[in-house]
Amino acid sequence: MKLRYFAWVRERLGKADEDIELPPGIDTVGELMTWLAKRGEEYAHAFDNPKVIRAAIDRSHVKPDMRIAGAKEIAFFPPMTGG
Amino acid sequence: MTVTLRLQREDFDVAAEVAKLTRGRTDMGAVVTFIGICRGDEAGEPIAALTLEHFPEMAEAEIRRHIEEAQRRWALFSITVIHRHGRLAPGDNIVLVVTASSHRIDAFAAAEFLMDYLKTRAPFWKQVESAKSKSWVEAKAQDDAAAERWSKPGVRPAKRG
Repeated sequence: MKLRYFAWVRERLGKADEDIELPPGIDTVGELMTWLAKRGEEYAHAFDNPKVIRAAIDRSHVKPDMRIAGAKEIAFFPPMTGG
Repeated sequence: MTVTLRLQREDFDVAAEVAKLTRGRTDMGAVVTFIGICRGDEAGEPIAALTLEHFPEMAEAEIRRHIEEAQRRWALFSITVIHRHGRLAPGDNIVLVVTASSHRIDAFAAAEFLMDYLKTRAPFWKQVESAKSKSWVEAKAQDDAAAERWSKPGVRPAKRG
């Protein structure tokens, strides 16, 4: 599964994307963030407050309780500030 | 219905974009243009530049969904959305929304709807550079509230025939 990161999430992780092997037992976007936060110091820094991080599955906004089964690409980013 | 959607680094020419829509037509009674411009200050501090990061594929899909929603809600002849990305200086154009209709009410409402959604749902992020540092602009609750009002029944202007 491909993960993509934007804005300060990308900066804190030091990378824009990566491919990961999803471990068993991770069913939702929120659970994935909790798992990511434990992968190292930079991940802990990026995901220390998952409430402020938004997610998209296959380019559509989703809530943390969204199931990730079948997702090809999951993106994590801060609240948007375009326009 | 003419839809123009571009995400680009380059500047845009407002007059040229409007002329493309109105040329040769006599049924377009109302054209609304909104231009978002890079301010020279953020939260009271002067800025040197603004960098817009975006998620290209999702931005395009998300804006297109909202263009389609605007088409369903209001009687429009055309919608143009051009959003820039990359490094911009104070005074530079950031975003252009043009809506055209027979009458002003639909054109105004659709332009406001599109801008409210661009602010809160389109995957763009602003980073400001000041003389001292770089920082990401925080999302504003008032922008969320502005977008939220379009999802409440009763406040959305009725579609005209």
